[in-house]
This record gives sequence, structure tokens and C-alpha cells, in this order.
Amino acid sequence: MTDHVGVIHKNAVMDSAPPRPLWSVILVRPETMTFLLLILAIFAGGQLSPYFLDVGYILDSFTLTAELSLLALVLTLVIISGEIDLSPASNMALSACLFAYALSFGWPLWIAVLVGMGSGMIMGAINAFLIISLQLPSIIVTIGTLTLFRGLAQVIAGDKSIRLPEWYIGIDKIYVLGLPAPDMIFIIVSSVLALILGMTIWGRQIYQTGTNETSAQYAGIRTRRIKAILFISMGLTASLAAMIYVSRLGSVRYDLGIGGELQMVLMAMLGGTYIFGGRGTILGTFLAALLLSVISTGMTTANLLPATQLCVLGVLLIISIIVTNFIYSRTQR
Amino acid sequence: MQKTKWLAGIAMGFTLLASSAMAGHDFKVVYIGKNTGNPYFDSITGGFQDACKKIGCQFEFVAPATAEATSQIPFIEAQIQRGVNVIAIAPNSPDAMNQVLDKARAKGILVLSVNGDLVGNEGHRDANILPVDFTKTGPNQVELMGSLIGYKGEIAILSATTEAPDQNTWIAAMKKTLAENPKYKDMKLVATVYGDDQPEKSTTEMEALLSNYPNLVGVIAPTTVGIAAAAQVVKSRGIASKVHVTGLGLPSEMRDFVKDGTVTAFQLWSPYNEGWLASYFADGVLNGTIKNTVGTKFEVPSLGSITIMEKNVMNTQAELTSFDKSNIDKFNF
Repeated sequence: MTDHVGVIHKNAVMDSAPPRPLWSVILVRPETMTFLLLILAIFAGGQLSPYFLDVGYILDSFTLTAELSLLALVLTLVIISGEIDLSPASNMALSACLFAYALSFGWPLWIAVLVGMGSGMIMGAINAFLIISLQLPSIIVTIGTLTLFRGLAQVIAGDKSIRLPEWYIGIDKIYVLGLPAPDMIFIIVSSVLALILGMTIWGRQIYQTGTNETSAQYAGIRTRRIKAILFISMGLTASLAAMIYVSRLGSVRYDLGIGGELQMVLMAMLGGTYIFGGRGTILGTFLAALLLSVISTGMTTANLLPATQLCVLGVLLIISIIVTNFIYSRTQR
Repeated sequence: MQKTKWLAGIAMGFTLLASSAMAGHDFKVVYIGKNTGNPYFDSITGGFQDACKKIGCQFEFVAPATAEATSQIPFIEAQIQRGVNVIAIAPNSPDAMNQVLDKARAKGILVLSVNGDLVGNEGHRDANILPVDFTKTGPNQVELMGSLIGYKGEIAILSATTEAPDQNTWIAAMKKTLAENPKYKDMKLVATVYGDDQPEKSTTEMEALLSNYPNLVGVIAPTTVGIAAAAQVVKSRGIASKVHVTGLGLPSEMRDFVKDGTVTAFQLWSPYNEGWLASYFADGVLNGTIKNTVGTKFEVPSLGSITIMEKNVMNTQAELTSFDKSNIDKFNF
């Protein structure tokens, strides 16, 4: 950087604050907090119980929340675009019931997969239609479809559980490069989504849609199409998660993953996604999903009461919201 | 391949070490309850604690916050990691835990279902401890109800959750008894409602029963939370002479209702003895003094002779105990 450029630069930004130093740009981010909490949680878990610090065990335990974590990744994109989707857990339950029924009828796997993914996509499309075509608020629409999809699952499956055929059970017992398959899928999907969000024009457009939809539209961004694609992807991911879930569990009931929507939102928030849209990263949600898994595994391994666990999670969420808001208001406006 | 063999060898070595270390009375038992905050489990836990004090084993109780089908899975995983010798569990689902229980058994852990069974999936646990022969619970309850209302009139059932396996077995047996035994031909079951084992919901459901069926003369609540809520409703409305409440209750919770005449009689067994029997059984099996096969008889202090019946089920007593004014003060759980 020559003096000449420095002078111009200085004049141009005369009235605004000086640029932040590089270390601040890199370190003062919500993801840094999530990462530090993760390190802290691993350390605390080791202190709480001598049985916790076992890499194999921690990786195996992550399979218990891998499905919800997968959904949280796509939910992060939806939230960045300025919307919210609370229906994926119910979508997952309904897709899982239909998928399991198809398999239990003895249909070939590819037809069952088509049934599962098709139903997941249709449910995503229903959300997209109501929110984008009818211009209804996404929080209300998806609370409605959350109840509707769960209700349909109960109508279809009743109170009985549907058994999966033996050959389909046990995806979490398959290891790919030393990692349980659900963990591997989570890492692959995270990487792909991180690349899309961080490296492509399409990713920038998601941020712009969430930051200011009107100005994004003036800039020629097709915000409605972006949101529609996101809601449909959410539905598709829910059905993918359903297929992993039922393979791990071996049976399905209508209450599969009940209450999971809150965990997903928690993961996105803990990872520094801004609830009003426009900000957030896949890395943040990735770290937050690991953090939540480590925390609950650590506390369960130490035989801590569930009440204690709930308190810790609640405090964490509030801390993360305060830190996220503080960082965004101080550094990125 | 070579590596797998090595690992298998090491694993076997550990198993051998573990089983030789087990030949003693200092083994670790954990009881995984349906959920926390359920006084019924305090009594079972008491049985475990006292028996372990006598035997010399180490006992711990853990339970998830909610009683949904998959909530116990992380707890089972954690106990496997902690290296317990015996997992006793009151299952929240007859089949969602199959995979993880198999994993525990593969590690040489003795898996006992206590106070509930994996109906239809008995192969996924080693033995089952039930307080009484549960096929008698339904008929016993119908007979008690009949004797209270003169075998005539409209009755209803207030149960726990719609999927609670024990309650559903009993309700099915009650319906069968009412339909098939001519003694009960004038008793008509008009409704079965579900209070989800929550005091508030049970109260609301009870109120609704009373308004929907003005001719109701009796309510059977085969769950400790339900019967207490139903009795409270009947007491505050002052209609104890018209609507008879009975079911399965804890003497400690029902004592006041029995003494003031709201409830004439109810039934239960001793949950305490289940924990007691489970501990002695585990001790015997781990030390080789009890063979876990159908037909084996063994002596348990203060319970007498116990027989392992079909599907490796054991009962602590033959019939339900009825509690009324004459005997309720003798029981303290």
C-alpha cells in the first residue's frame, strides 16, 4: 500500500469510523464465541465425568442429533433470507411414516425414497406457496403446518409404530473414514452449503434478500424465487433427515423428533445467525450443532438431572443472543 | 482386515477382564425411569437403594425430562459409556430402543426392563420384572369398579398418554372383560380419555368427562397421576356419592381421599419390591448363582420364592393389593 493510496483512502472515509484491524474482523465474530464455548464445553465435560473424553463416544453421540443438525443448516439459510420455518421436524415425522410404510409394503428402496422425498418436497412447496404466493408471515404459516404435518402423521400411523425391514436399520453403525455415516453426511452437507453461501452469487443474494428485500428486488434479485427454493430445499432436507433417523431408530412413530424445531432454532441462534435475517454463517451453525451435542452428552454422561441440563441450555441461548446482538451492533453497522 | 481382528481381540480381552471383575457384589446398577418428577419411581428407586446397601452394589437413578419414545436413548448410550454392569429401564417405547439396548447387551451389560416391558420385542432385553401378572390388572380393576357401583351404569377410563404400553394393555383387558363376562353386562364403558400423566391435563379431561356424560357413575384411572387428579375433581365438586373414582394409585397420595370418603378403594402393588427384586436378581445372575432361564426358582430375602416365567418375566406378587380405610395406614410409599 503506497502513501498515495493511503491519502485517498483517508480522505474518502473522513467522516466514518476508521476501518477495523484485520484481527478484529476475524476474531470478533459470533462464530468465535461458539467455538470458544465448544472448547469450554469439551473441557467441562471432561471435568464432569471421566468417561466423557473419548473421541469415538463423542462422535457416536453426535449421531443422536445429526438429523436435527442437518435441518438446522438449511434453516440457517432460511433465516438469513429473512424468513423462518418451524415445520421441518413435523415434515420429517410425516415423511418418515410414509417412507417406512412404503418399505414395509415391500416396495423397492428407490420407490420408497421417491415417496419420502416427494412428500418432503410437497410439504416444503406448501409452505412456499402460502408464504410467497399468498404473502403470509412465515412464522404463522409454519406454526400451522407444524401442527398439520404432525397431525397427518398421527392420522396415517396412529399410535402404532412402523417397523423398518432389518436390512435398512443401522446407518449409524456404518463408518466412513472413521466417522459414523450420519456425521459424515452432516459434514458433507455443511461444506456444500458453506461453499454455496460464501462463494457464489446465489449465496450473496440470500444475504441481500434478508438484509433488505425491497432494495434487493430493485437490484434485480429475484427474492421470491430464492425464498421458494429455500423452503422447498428445507422440505427435501427434512425427508433426507427422516431416512437417516428411521435407519438409526429401526422404527417410526408419529412423534418422531417432536419438539425438534426448537433445537434447530437454538442451533442457528447459538451459531450467531441473526433472527431478523441478513447475517449468519454455516460455520456458526456447524459449530453450534457440535456444541449442543457435546453439552448434552457431557451432562448426560455425568448423570446430571435433566432440569440442570435445561437451565444450562436456556442460559447459553440467552448469552448467545446477547453476544450476537452486541457484536453486530458494534462492529458490522 | 488384520486391524479388525486386532480390535476384536482387544475387545474380547476387555470383556474377559470385565466379566472376571464382575464376580463380586460391587457391580454398578443404573435405573432409567420414564421421566423425572414422577413419585412412583421414587419408590422403585428406594427398593434398588436398600437392596444395593445390603448386597454392596452401586446404584444410580437417571431419567429424561419427558416421557417421549426416544428420550431415553441418550441416557442408555451414556450408561454404556460409563461402563455400568446392569441397566434397568422402565421403557417409554416398546421398540424405539431396540438398537441401543442390543448395543448394551453386546457389551456384556445385563439389561432388565423393570415396571414395564418391551411388548413384542422381548428379545432385546435379558429379563423383565413386573410387580404382578399384568394380565390380571384389567379384570381386577373392572371387578373393583363393579363392586363400587353395584355392577350397573356408565363408566369411563382416564388413562396416561395414548401410547403408554402398560395402560393400553390394561385398557384392552378391561374392554375384553366388560364385553365377555356376563357379570358386567350392565356396565357400559362410554369413553376413554388421556391425561398424559400431567395433573393439569388429567384434571381438564376429568372435568370434560363429567360435563359430557352426566350419567357417569364411575371412573377408572389406571395411573397414579390420573387417579389423584380425578379424586381431586370429584372432591371439589362434592359428588363423591354419585361418581366413584378408582384405579391405580399411591397410598401416600391417596390417603386423604380415602380417609375423607372421596375414594372408597383403589389398587396397586409395591413398586419398592420391583427395585428390590431387580437388584437381587442382577446380583445372582452376575455371580452365576441364578441362571436366567425359564423355570428357574430362586429365593429373595423378604419376598420368598421367585420363579422366572415365560419370556423371562418375574413378578413380585401374585394379585393386586387393594387399599381402603382398613389398611391404607400400613403402607408408606
